[in-house]
Amino acid sequence: MPDLPLPERPLSDRTMIEISHVSRSYGAFKALDDASLTIREGEFFSLLGPSGCGKTTLLRMIAGFDNPTTGTIAIDGQPMEGIPANRRPTNMVFQSYAIFPHLNVEQNVAYGLKRLKLGATEERRRVEEALAQVSLTGLGKRGANELSGGQRQRVALARALVMRPKVLLLDEPLSALDKKLREQMQVELRRLQQAVGITFILVTHDQYEALAMSDRIAVMFGGRITQVASPKEIYQRPVNRQVADFLGGMNFVKAEIVEENGASIVVDTLGFGRVRTDKPPAFTRNGGSATLGIRPERLRVLWDDATSKFEVAGRVVERHYFGEITHLIVEIPGLEKPLSVTETNDFGADDIPVGSAVRLAYDPDALVALAD
Amino acid sequence: MTAAAEDASPLPLRRHRGRSSLLQSEAAQGFALISPTFLYALVLLVVPIVVILAHSFWTQNYLTIDRTFTLENYRVALTEPIYRDLLMRSLWISLLVSFFTVVLAYPIAFYISFHGGRHKGLWLFLITIPFWTSYLLRVMSWKVILGYNGVLNSGLMGLGITSEPSTALLYNTSAVVITLTHAWAAFAILPIFVSLEKIDRSLIEAATDLGDGPLRSFLRVTLPLSVPGVVSAILIVMIPTVGDFVTPKLVGGKDGVMIANAIEAQFGKASNWPLGAALSVTTMLVVTAMAAATVLIIRSAARLAR
Amino acid sequence: MTMMNRMLSRWLPAYAFLYIVFLYLPVVFLPIFSVNTTASPKFPLTGLTLKWYRDLPNTPALIDAAWNSLMVGVSAALLATLLGICAARAITRYRFPGRRAINGLIMAPLVLPEIILAVSMLLVMLQLGLSLSLITVVFGHVLICIPYSLSVLTSGFEGFDRSLEEASADLGESAFGTFRRVTLPMVAPAIISSLLVSFTISLDEFIIAFFLTGTEPTLPIYIWGQLRFASKLPGVLALGTVLLVGSFLLLTIAEVLRRRAARRTQNTGGAHA
Repeated sequence: MPDLPLPERPLSDRTMIEISHVSRSYGAFKALDDASLTIREGEFFSLLGPSGCGKTTLLRMIAGFDNPTTGTIAIDGQPMEGIPANRRPTNMVFQSYAIFPHLNVEQNVAYGLKRLKLGATEERRRVEEALAQVSLTGLGKRGANELSGGQRQRVALARALVMRPKVLLLDEPLSALDKKLREQMQVELRRLQQAVGITFILVTHDQYEALAMSDRIAVMFGGRITQVASPKEIYQRPVNRQVADFLGGMNFVKAEIVEENGASIVVDTLGFGRVRTDKPPAFTRNGGSATLGIRPERLRVLWDDATSKFEVAGRVVERHYFGEITHLIVEIPGLEKPLSVTETNDFGADDIPVGSAVRLAYDPDALVALAD
Repeated sequence: MTAAAEDASPLPLRRHRGRSSLLQSEAAQGFALISPTFLYALVLLVVPIVVILAHSFWTQNYLTIDRTFTLENYRVALTEPIYRDLLMRSLWISLLVSFFTVVLAYPIAFYISFHGGRHKGLWLFLITIPFWTSYLLRVMSWKVILGYNGVLNSGLMGLGITSEPSTALLYNTSAVVITLTHAWAAFAILPIFVSLEKIDRSLIEAATDLGDGPLRSFLRVTLPLSVPGVVSAILIVMIPTVGDFVTPKLVGGKDGVMIANAIEAQFGKASNWPLGAALSVTTMLVVTAMAAATVLIIRSAARLAR
Repeated sequence: MTMMNRMLSRWLPAYAFLYIVFLYLPVVFLPIFSVNTTASPKFPLTGLTLKWYRDLPNTPALIDAAWNSLMVGVSAALLATLLGICAARAITRYRFPGRRAINGLIMAPLVLPEIILAVSMLLVMLQLGLSLSLITVVFGHVLICIPYSLSVLTSGFEGFDRSLEEASADLGESAFGTFRRVTLPMVAPAIISSLLVSFTISLDEFIIAFFLTGTEPTLPIYIWGQLRFASKLPGVLALGTVLLVGSFLLLTIAEVLRRRAARRTQNTGGAHA
């Protein structure tokens, strides 16, 4: 893959995929429940969620391997109903990669081109180009069983890209790779997507993967789409506790509602005092109380006599060292659960003795109200 | 495939949940695909067995068959001393053969599975080769080995162990048992081997870790877990053995005649189909009962051993 | 504990060796006595000769029987494999009610006494008014070959990753094209292996052929007839040796193909990092 620094490709406003009110039932079990999504041309879109949340079902319905029980899917304005997988402008990178074991790398990549009858020279050129895109130049004659996991993944990618699909579907493409290779491939995949400009739809259960690569993410639970937003927004402003939890650690704080108007609410908390914050879209009053959340890294230790306009005081009860960061568990008087604090180690957070008093600064914008 | 199965929720779910139209069409496709083979087995296996069952209740009337219901054939099959003795002897031979086959096969299957290393496939191949040579000729060969002027006798005399050829080797029950034990060896080794292969080796390590020596871990873990293989080996050997008539005819002599020879005679020279049918049905039922009893005994023994 | 281990590691290989000797004992005497000058099979050999082999092609009855066996074997192998493919594909690919029961029925001939299969088929064929011929033998052989064919094919089809066919469809290939370009090449070794195994079984099968054939003998029936005459024994042994070598070659090919098929369908990546 080219190592040139690429400018972020501006997203077009054209709709590539329109999913409206799609449900899929297997007998009594609803794998997907009334999902609607609009995915734009050239977008890197991720479907994120735990096992069995319906993300793979949705991806397979876009590819044409499964059909909605109700609802419609349109790709590039064309309704897909009744169109089989082999006549859809999508190509897929399978979780198992599905590399044809009886064909070598070149033959695998050329598999779909054979039907297009491009002529030998053009076919060769396209195969070479695709192999170059995934940095496999020179490995064309390798047998399918002589490839490493990373190489298999690249062959699967080249085989799909060479078809120049309108949409590339990736079903957990990195789950079979080890951690280091996975992180390297995340960067490469994003770079490749920016270079070719094709709409990518990624299915994953790994939140870091989704955050690192996507333009937008749809978070799914139990067959429903819970939130669709940019990685930053999903991470910083999750709509509910489930999303907040799935995307990493979050401290939850009980709050009393003082005032509710339009888009915002004002709440009172024991540790953080009175806070005004955005109201999440699905917010429902749970009597007079609400839940606020704050990420552990949005709490900073105040050193010496530094002060902040917004701070809480407490006592360190546990300390866990993670190399570049230290994880502190801080008990705050009045809060029923201690707060998790993630602090970088450049100022000596790893030396704070357990039992000592600390003051924590926070940005009130980092406190978000969560639907249950 | 295993990696794919972890999160691929739709596939396993599709198989287990409810009855959607897709599930039904999948079932219909599968059924349509298997139906030619199924019908074949129906026409050439189930129908013939029904027909033979029907015949066993009829009577042979020279060249025609009298289709009045009668139990006479079964009375003859079960009470006439000649058939009763043949049946008992066949059962006894088949019991001995399956016993020796399984007991001799188990260590080999064990050896290949636990000590075969990279050559497991080669070992299995080596073991199946003799089984693929002409059955008639293998039986014939045993006749050559065990005969009065045969290899074994001349060998024993050559070594000075015996002074004259022994007649005790051929034309008796033991000759039949030896020949059949040889003939069914591969059929016993393969299922036992498969069940030994399926045993997770860490189970044996766990038993050792918990204080069992090799013998005790074998008796308490390996042997009980390989019972399914032993059971299928017994079924696969015991039932067909009872129906052999080539071996008894070639090496069995007068003592080695088995029920299958009588069945063959009824369909051949004696030309009494209904009696032959009754003998067949009786043999089938009795041997199945014996096999079931053996399996039951082995299973409960294995349960006690734990 | 160590004593037990030592005993096992010393005695098991010795036992394995003896067992193999037992298995091959009757097999090795065929070629040995087939080159003996006298007809009676005993040691010491009276002299070496190839005359029994030279006589083989000059025995018309033998040639006829061999030809009959070839026809029966090829037909039975083709039919059994065709039916085996349907069943193996259905069993490995689809879930449907009664799947296990049907599989059990198809595999049943494996655990039934051949004589009972033979006489019951004989009764039906006579009732249906079919005259006994090589065709009825083929019907019988197909029935007993299917279980073997099904086993070979199922193990060949089982490792087959369904996403390979999906990948093919995803890349634009039609259902037939997918079968031709992906499914068939991957299962071809298993199919050939099934053909060879079925052919070998049919070639050697005696009991069913004995009951179901008309006037035309197959090779085992011819051999059975010859066994009555002591003087014909060396010729039979020579024929047996030829058959042995032939079966050995066929089965070696089948085994190599089966392994290749298994390797192909395994599809486990990362062999070389």
